[in-house]
Amino acid sequence: MHRFANPTRFLKLAAAVLPFSAAIAILCIGAGLVMGLVFSPADYQQGDTVRIMYVHVPAASLAMGIYVGIAISGAISLIWRHAVADLIAKASAPVGAVFAAICLVTGAIWGEPTWGTWWVWDARLTSMLILFFIYIGYMAMWAAYDDPSRAGRATSILALATVVIIPVIKFSVEWWNTLHQPASIFKADGPSIDPAMLWPLALMFVGQLALYITIMIFRVRAEVDFRRIRAIQMAMAFDHGNAGSADNVPDAATAGATGQG
Amino acid sequence: MAEFFDMGGYAAYVWSAYAFATVLLGGLVIESVRRSRAAKRTLQALEAQRPRRRRRRKAADPSANTSEKGVS
Repeated sequence: MHRFANPTRFLKLAAAVLPFSAAIAILCIGAGLVMGLVFSPADYQQGDTVRIMYVHVPAASLAMGIYVGIAISGAISLIWRHAVADLIAKASAPVGAVFAAICLVTGAIWGEPTWGTWWVWDARLTSMLILFFIYIGYMAMWAAYDDPSRAGRATSILALATVVIIPVIKFSVEWWNTLHQPASIFKADGPSIDPAMLWPLALMFVGQLALYITIMIFRVRAEVDFRRIRAIQMAMAFDHGNAGSADNVPDAATAGATGQG
Repeated sequence: MAEFFDMGGYAAYVWSAYAFATVLLGGLVIESVRRSRAAKRTLQALEAQRPRRRRRRKAADPSANTSEKGVS
């Protein structure tokens, strides 16, 4: 794993992955949309509103999965001072937040005709809303520090302290009485959903996962470049003799990136 | 075709859900690609300003580069 702690090596790997992740995202989402909107049947209870599920369910799983990924990256970052773990976590957060927003809004749009209400303060909906706010707080924490290594430590601790929301969301439909239906796909005895609906759902899930990876790679690239820019600007300020103090020496993450670049 | 767009009477719900997801994800893709391009451009401009000073520093003091690497 330490082989990938080097941002330059990670960027090389990412450049190799990018064309595939982009192609998989376009193909799977394209095929998923056609199957989901055209060929899959309407639900016998929900009618055509069931098609909202093909966006809603993958977005919900990814919003949760990405946050678990961020928390794991946080642990790796704290334990091994792994520079790439920080980069991936920071780059993933806006994608997770967008998926959480999509999950909440498409869920409300589906709820109005099906449940008769846009929103209820029940366990599943409320815990998902809290995850959305956690994403916002996590991103704000990144923005609050100038020094990336300090920001990395603070956000890692925040992620580890708040990741408990994920099992709460997952099991909310079992622990409490909620309006939201229990799981029909990710459960012990296999999915209880017709293959005609499972296929577009699976394609949309893979497509949105690939889209996440694609976006994340672009954002990691931007972040690595921003850190190099920061390191160069500090070195320039240092050269001119107007650096504030020795604290301004770039940290390992930025210097590693600059040194290898 | 009209039947397809009508979505069994739920057109407003189904299409607005898909439109919302498309706008958010599309916007995020565009913003992320632009951000990485802008960062790359700024970095290249900065590096174009700097190479002479860097080489000079390295030649004068071989430890300059290691001190940059080694902290924390």
